[in-house]
Amino acid sequence: MSTIIEAQDLSRFYEVSRGLFAEPATVRALSEASFSVTEGTTLAVVGESGCGKSTLARLLTMIEPPSAGELVIDGHKLGAASRSELAELRKTVQIVFQDPYGSLNPRQKIGSILEEPLKINTRMPAKERREKAFDMLIRVGLRPEHYARYPHMFSGGQRQRIAIARALMLDPKILILDEPVSALDVSIQAQVLNILADLQEEFGLTYIFISHDLSVVRFVADEVMVMYLGRPVEFAAVTEVFDKPLHPYTVALLSATPVADPRRTRQNIKLEGELPSPISPPSGCPFHPRCRYAREKCSDVLPPMTLHGETWVACHGITDGWIDYSAEPPPASTVAVDELPGDAPEEPGGAVKAPEPGSPV
Amino acid sequence: MVHTEEMNAIDDAEAAKRRALRSGWSARRAMVSEFWFYFSENKGAVIGLVVFLLLVAVALLAPLLSPHSPTFQDRNALLLPPFWQEGGRTAYLLGTDAVGRDILSRLIYGARFSLFIGVVVVTVALTGGILIGLIAGFFRGWIDIVIMRVMDVILAFPSLLLALVLVAILGPGLVNAMIAIALVLQPHFVRLTRASVMTEKSKDYVVAARVAGAGPIRLMTKTILPNCLAPLIVQGTLSFSNAILDAAALGFLGMGAQPPTPEWGTMLAEAREFIQSAWWVVTFPGLAILVTVLAINLVGDGLRDALDPKLKRS
Repeated sequence: MSTIIEAQDLSRFYEVSRGLFAEPATVRALSEASFSVTEGTTLAVVGESGCGKSTLARLLTMIEPPSAGELVIDGHKLGAASRSELAELRKTVQIVFQDPYGSLNPRQKIGSILEEPLKINTRMPAKERREKAFDMLIRVGLRPEHYARYPHMFSGGQRQRIAIARALMLDPKILILDEPVSALDVSIQAQVLNILADLQEEFGLTYIFISHDLSVVRFVADEVMVMYLGRPVEFAAVTEVFDKPLHPYTVALLSATPVADPRRTRQNIKLEGELPSPISPPSGCPFHPRCRYAREKCSDVLPPMTLHGETWVACHGITDGWIDYSAEPPPASTVAVDELPGDAPEEPGGAVKAPEPGSPV
Repeated sequence: MVHTEEMNAIDDAEAAKRRALRSGWSARRAMVSEFWFYFSENKGAVIGLVVFLLLVAVALLAPLLSPHSPTFQDRNALLLPPFWQEGGRTAYLLGTDAVGRDILSRLIYGARFSLFIGVVVVTVALTGGILIGLIAGFFRGWIDIVIMRVMDVILAFPSLLLALVLVAILGPGLVNAMIAIALVLQPHFVRLTRASVMTEKSKDYVVAARVAGAGPIRLMTKTILPNCLAPLIVQGTLSFSNAILDAAALGFLGMGAQPPTPEWGTMLAEAREFIQSAWWVVTFPGLAILVTVLAINLVGDGLRDALDPKLKRS
């Protein structure tokens, strides 16, 4: 198995104007993301809205160039690629969008939607194109009759399958799935996920699965990257992340996932405060204003990604060893801790905010 | 046995594909019939459409329908009233003008001019407007700013006054009047196109086309433009009547079609001095303009209702 995507310090900044006389501000939508993906596997990218998931998708699909950092896709370095290489690369990476109602051109028939990528990128004769479109329709579980219909004649799930079919028309190696099932209802979600799994097996596809639905992620992913405010904070195999989450943010995220087990006591960690603005991210660790283990070091020094066991994690508490989940008793304390005013990053004197296990503040 | 079953399966698949290709037509027919369903809800629009189609027929068949030549002057029948009035003759159903020309014939031929004006003006303004608006809305940036400010300047003038100035520069005549009116109507199309291009451009299907490798020309013309057409069609229809009205106004002011062209506005201008003494010379051309403009406006309203997805039930 070889590495198909290699990102090194990948960043994307946006300039936003704040009125006529104010200085334009820089939004750090994605900063210093480094990761690699093995061919044929699924990397899930999770995090709350505004954490840079979709920006990552836009960079990987080459809709936008990265502001800094390096991206190597299928052996081609993006910044150094020639025109023809770029055209070739574009065929390698395709995307499926979240909203199946907005991602299909309402004035195009399904057939021409599917054939468009071939028309632009290849010299395939019309008859072959049509055959391929028919094949692909059947692959994603639709019928040949649908070829000549318009998108408005389909349901959300069917449309999403059409979008998947379109993405596969160029025989890509990598498919970016930008929340592909979050706009669908649950029964349809399973259907679409199963189709995706079958297609991955059949074509040896690599998926970048962007989602905020952790139960879906657990089902599809091989590896998980948790992002917070434009930075990856934890990167590991799916079992590691779900069984032994390390970063406090990951822990909070996982505790928010509903589990259908009435006997399990729920340890619900509520995150206080808002996601900070990416225009002026907090100093040091971006998570420290909301973190209940934060110490002085967290607001001063940006934690680097370090390997801890089998997990890459960016947290001082983990690397320096002051966070130990095993020593912590279940629910009661965590709920109590949340009474803390979470939005006040500057605690007087840089006191240790993390309470002793079992002692409600 | 197995072999034939396989063959059957392949035949079935082939048949399904053929059926799919054929059903493309039925899908289109279904769209047309849906459009007609919503359009026919609006009775005024249907009446307008009927009147408009009659007008087109009259214009096309003018040589067959008109009893006289539009420029033939009958010295024995000056300012004859319509046939139902005392002194009227059935040979001149709607009477004659000051030099003895049959008003009905002139009106029939005038329909040709009015429709011609409408078609040419709307075509010119629409093509130009779509082109400029597409560029402004798609590329944004300084080019958008320049285009929109120029359009604002054009819009700042009262339209008829601007047309008048343009005709004064270009010289009076029907063709120049049409150019002037097209220029005056242009900014509306530019703005409309730009606005809908901007909304469509941010949608996912445009991004999807970009990921598929579509260049800017393809994105503009094939991906975005077809989705912007509904409001433009409506605006085009409404501008059609505006163009006729403006052309008539220019004709009335002596800057449009020149006599003896049987253009309705010009006819009005020639009949000005007889408003008191011979009512029919002014009334009939005026009525012709009124009915035409009203009919087209009704059609335009109906189109807007039928093409606007927000007004659709279901």
